[in-house]
Amino acid sequence: MEAGTDITPLPGPFSLGEGSGRGRVGDKMFGSAATAAGLLILATLAGVAIFLIVKAIPAATASSSELPQGKTLVGYIAPLVFGTVLAATVAVIVAVPLAVAVALFISHIAPRRLAMPLAYLVDLLAAVPSIVYGLWGIFVLGPAAVGVMQWLDDNLGFIPIFKGPASATGRTMLVASLVMAVMIIPIVSAVAREVFTQTPRRLQEGAIALGATRWEMIRMSVLPFGKSAVISGSMLGLGRALGETMAVAIILSASGVVTFNLISQSNPSTIAANIALQFPESSGIAVNTLIASGLVLFAITLVVNMIARAIIGRTNVQ
Amino acid sequence: MESSAATRPLGPALGGGTLPKWAPGGVIAVSAAISAAGLAAAGSFTVALTVLLTVAVSGAIIYFWSRAVEDARQAKNRLMTHAVVSAFGLAVLPLFSLLYEVISRGSHRFDSSFFTESARGVIGEGGGASHAIVGTLVITGVATAISVPIGLMAAIYLTEYGGTGRLRKWLTFFVDVMTGIPSIVAGLFAFAVFAIFFGPGIRLGVMGSVALSVLMIPIVIRSAEEILKIVPNHLREASYALGTPKWKTIVKIVLPTALAGLVTGVMLAVARIIGETAPLLVTTGVVDSMNANPFNGRMQNLAVYAFGEYRNPGVAKDAAFDRAWAAALTLIAIVMILNLFARLVYRRFGTEIR
Repeated sequence: MEAGTDITPLPGPFSLGEGSGRGRVGDKMFGSAATAAGLLILATLAGVAIFLIVKAIPAATASSSELPQGKTLVGYIAPLVFGTVLAATVAVIVAVPLAVAVALFISHIAPRRLAMPLAYLVDLLAAVPSIVYGLWGIFVLGPAAVGVMQWLDDNLGFIPIFKGPASATGRTMLVASLVMAVMIIPIVSAVAREVFTQTPRRLQEGAIALGATRWEMIRMSVLPFGKSAVISGSMLGLGRALGETMAVAIILSASGVVTFNLISQSNPSTIAANIALQFPESSGIAVNTLIASGLVLFAITLVVNMIARAIIGRTNVQ
Repeated sequence: MESSAATRPLGPALGGGTLPKWAPGGVIAVSAAISAAGLAAAGSFTVALTVLLTVAVSGAIIYFWSRAVEDARQAKNRLMTHAVVSAFGLAVLPLFSLLYEVISRGSHRFDSSFFTESARGVIGEGGGASHAIVGTLVITGVATAISVPIGLMAAIYLTEYGGTGRLRKWLTFFVDVMTGIPSIVAGLFAFAVFAIFFGPGIRLGVMGSVALSVLMIPIVIRSAEEILKIVPNHLREASYALGTPKWKTIVKIVLPTALAGLVTGVMLAVARIIGETAPLLVTTGVVDSMNANPFNGRMQNLAVYAFGEYRNPGVAKDAAFDRAWAAALTLIAIVMILNLFARLVYRRFGTEIR
């Protein structure tokens, strides 16, 4: 968010405090340690890629008869990628409007005194462990959503995503995506809120002075100003949703099909959930296959996150 | 709500009236009554449905009432305000539902045996999660011990040594990117590292700690960097002016000044990773008995324990589900206490640099 461009550049590490020999040695050591820690971060990120690639190679070179389900590696991973992207996309579509509303509420509509506690409340949503979201989804939201999904099937069944037949257990893509939407709302709204509150006062006051209502002021000054923040926040949320594991692993009843149908009981699985469910019982080449799918997930989230951060970085410059 | 914001429009449109101040609240109360009565009459009364219907009905009433008394623009303003407030309510509703369910379902087994017994040899009812609690504390503790020094030093590099160099720019960018690594990928990374050196069957508590560190380090860096950045420069300059070496300035001046913020940041980072399940599922394995040694054998933890009780409930399903919820309640309690405590620390000790 803050690229820290406002920092006054400090003098180099060795130009100061040359009063004593010990100070210089200490400076050298401390400076090197700090730099090493920084480099270690980059090395870790590279290490994640390298170690995953090393462990994925056996799966890439094995013949399809050795791999799980007797499919080729691409044939194994592709449906998972589909499920991952579908679940995350639905989650983002649900979450972003709500998150923008949450951000607007806290930044412009709620009474000033309540804004901080309310923001804290939203942050708590992000603090809940995903395993708890998973249990909540399967025991509470899923059963509660059965009736709604039946209604969707009966009345909107002509739309492919609601084709049904509606699941009787609530273990569907729709419920999994809704739970993920709840999980990413705090992420998107935090980024949006930050920028909404930075909207120049002159723009807002100008709009009000010209007789705009509060909503017109928001639409004409705050939303345009915060547009790229909403986009990048959504990308961050997307990245989070793509990698979400436990909520999906618990809620979704996955059967490896490829379908856009969100409310039936046979759903595509996601990469992360598939790893969590299969890994403990896998051995040999199956482990390598799972790691290969993890590598694909890593690559996808890396790209999404880099785009998001690039957009944020660009907005910060102006 | 309407009158409190500083940005309220100056007055009603020319020649028009204004809705009374109690209009939004009154309309919502009336709509709630209508919705509840209507649903009860139709025989399909549920709390969720009533809330949704209330939102829709009151939105419509406010819009058309305002349109009739005020004007179209003001009506739209009221409608959008209504929509935004409702959306906020909808977004935080899951939090309350979740807290309610976790507390009510988790309290069945939130008893002393849950905290003193392990799951060793437990079939059906009884048993506890003491082994999982110990495992969670050990794994998280080791992860913290790895992450804090590295994260803090990297943050010091970014704020004190990086200047405006290219490495600093790249590092800032990639730390941000690293916060987005899926937790399961961090787990696979730790597994891959250890599997290459110790063979594919390896499962250790410390593997989980390594995986969690990958997730925790960027969070520590981010928060530490924020805090170090707001340490006033004149403190550093005064120290330099006295001839203090730079490293001593950092250790004796900058870090103590920022201490409360740093502690808060670390506590929030711990709260973020203590509930992680996926990376531990692939690294620490599953075990029913106590193991407090992160370098020897499989190690249980609360999140994986909850998942296991849910997924393999065995013969006494309800007993296992109760244990899963009790573990979830324990986790939530830990996370909430850490969050609260972190904020208290900051509020109590963190004011001096503001």
